[in-house]
Amino acid sequence: MAKVTFNTIQEKVSAKFPDAKFETARGQLALFLNKEQLIPVMKFLKKDKTLQFDYMVDITGVDFLKMDREPRFDLVIHIYSMKTNLRLRVKVGIDEADMNVPSLTQVWKSAAWLEREAFEMFGFNFEGHPDLRRLLLPDIFDGHPLRKDYPLRGRGERDVILDLK
Amino acid sequence: MAQEAAYSLKTDRTILNFGPQHPATHGTLRLVLELDGEVVVKAEPHIGYLHSGFEKLGEHKSYNQWVTLSDRMNYLSPLCNNIGFAQAVEKLLEMEIPERAKYIRTILAEMSRIADHMVWLGTHALDIGAFTAFLYAFQARENLYIIFEHTTGARLTTSYTRVGGVFRDVPHDFKEMTNNFLNYYPGVLKEVHNLLTRNRIWVDRTRGIGHISREDAIELGVTGPMLRGSGVPFDVRKDHPYLVYDRLDFDVPVCDDGDVYARYLVRMEEVEQSLSIIRQCIDDLPDGPVSYFDKKYSLPEKEGVYDTIEGLIHHFKNIMPGHGFDVPVADIYDSTESPNGELGFYIVGDGTHKAYRLRVRAPSFINFSSFQDISKGASVSDVVAILGSMNIIAGELDR
Repeated sequence: MAKVTFNTIQEKVSAKFPDAKFETARGQLALFLNKEQLIPVMKFLKKDKTLQFDYMVDITGVDFLKMDREPRFDLVIHIYSMKTNLRLRVKVGIDEADMNVPSLTQVWKSAAWLEREAFEMFGFNFEGHPDLRRLLLPDIFDGHPLRKDYPLRGRGERDVILDLK
Repeated sequence: MAQEAAYSLKTDRTILNFGPQHPATHGTLRLVLELDGEVVVKAEPHIGYLHSGFEKLGEHKSYNQWVTLSDRMNYLSPLCNNIGFAQAVEKLLEMEIPERAKYIRTILAEMSRIADHMVWLGTHALDIGAFTAFLYAFQARENLYIIFEHTTGARLTTSYTRVGGVFRDVPHDFKEMTNNFLNYYPGVLKEVHNLLTRNRIWVDRTRGIGHISREDAIELGVTGPMLRGSGVPFDVRKDHPYLVYDRLDFDVPVCDDGDVYARYLVRMEEVEQSLSIIRQCIDDLPDGPVSYFDKKYSLPEKEGVYDTIEGLIHHFKNIMPGHGFDVPVADIYDSTESPNGELGFYIVGDGTHKAYRLRVRAPSFINFSSFQDISKGASVSDVVAILGSMNIIAGELDR
């Protein structure tokens, strides 16, 4: 069997989803998707016999507020294939007005905690997540600390607790 | 008839709080266990007691400043974190570090792996009731920490790497100390094997406990000894070689059983492999510089700073607050094999000397997210064994 490379991934995905955009930089492949494509493409990447991206590496977000870019957020997903030894980065642009994203827990079980963390740090609302609560911060915490407009210092969280009293 | 009546008796489930201050959690994490008699029906982890905002701080510190924070993540093997982070930034800058620095990093990473596995072994055995192994393991670790202190200046907060290499060369007697350690260490390993591997109590407490199948291990996303303990031969050092691992001869130990005992065997064999890696590296440790040639990125030698204008300027540019090298507008994901599994860094650069976004993919975090599934149906006393076999480091778990 021919060795699976980045080209194979591009060809396979483009054949099924013609408007998917790819970018290669520093030996890493990135795939740009919109929200509607996310679940079908991810399911395809996992189930396809040649690609078999069976392993969820990471889910996180980036806030581009200070880079002045539309849409404001990127949901960044890293997946890996044990079979072909390839990594893939998937990016989904998310607008501040609509923070809903379909949850990847239906594709990979290990997405559960990663999505909970992305939810509390950036405020993505993962639709269909079985247990979307705050993970690292207290339940009463307000705000999303890794957003660029959340200050590094200040009384942010203490004010939240005072309000409750 | 009497038996039927017994079955229809009303029973309640007990809620048991485990931690955050419990000697077997090794750090601050809390489990809320829902018990049916002695059997765990549901284990709900509550984490975040050690959340320190490292990712947020990464957006406010320059790259070399953040190296000190990486120590505080996995405090059993800080050097592995230093190396993983520095390497990710170097990939972003497309920088090739000198050979000697690569070898030094490899040796120290493997020593950290042994130290980490020794602490894990000692505390894990202590949790299950084997006190003696703890003493042997900590004695061995102490020997390594003396080498770390001699090399980096600190036992725990090593901060040894800088972007482009390491901050100073190894001391002149480093080879001798390493060789002494290599001669002494196999004896310790043998003693631990004698104490535990065929010990009836140890085997009873660990065999068949906390089982994860091969498919589940991949689906749950665990890495490191947990994944290899379930029969998946995935190791970043082999599959995506970095530093000098592609030139070395070593094996990736795998065990198919997927239980606590399998993870113990995998870790013990990994220590053997690490010893062999150190032996190979210390023999061909090359001479030469230990940091990147371009002094815009790494600190110049002291002679250069005192005697030349360029050296002085480079020194100031590297040291002064608000200055430092600029990284391109790009993003990178790079990972290394830390003792607990795949330690990944996702860095977004914005053309300044600070990261725009710094994400840590901590192995303990993903490994621990599988706890709920693994501990279902286990008995209360096994919870400690399962938790121990995962080697959860709270600093890395909460970041």
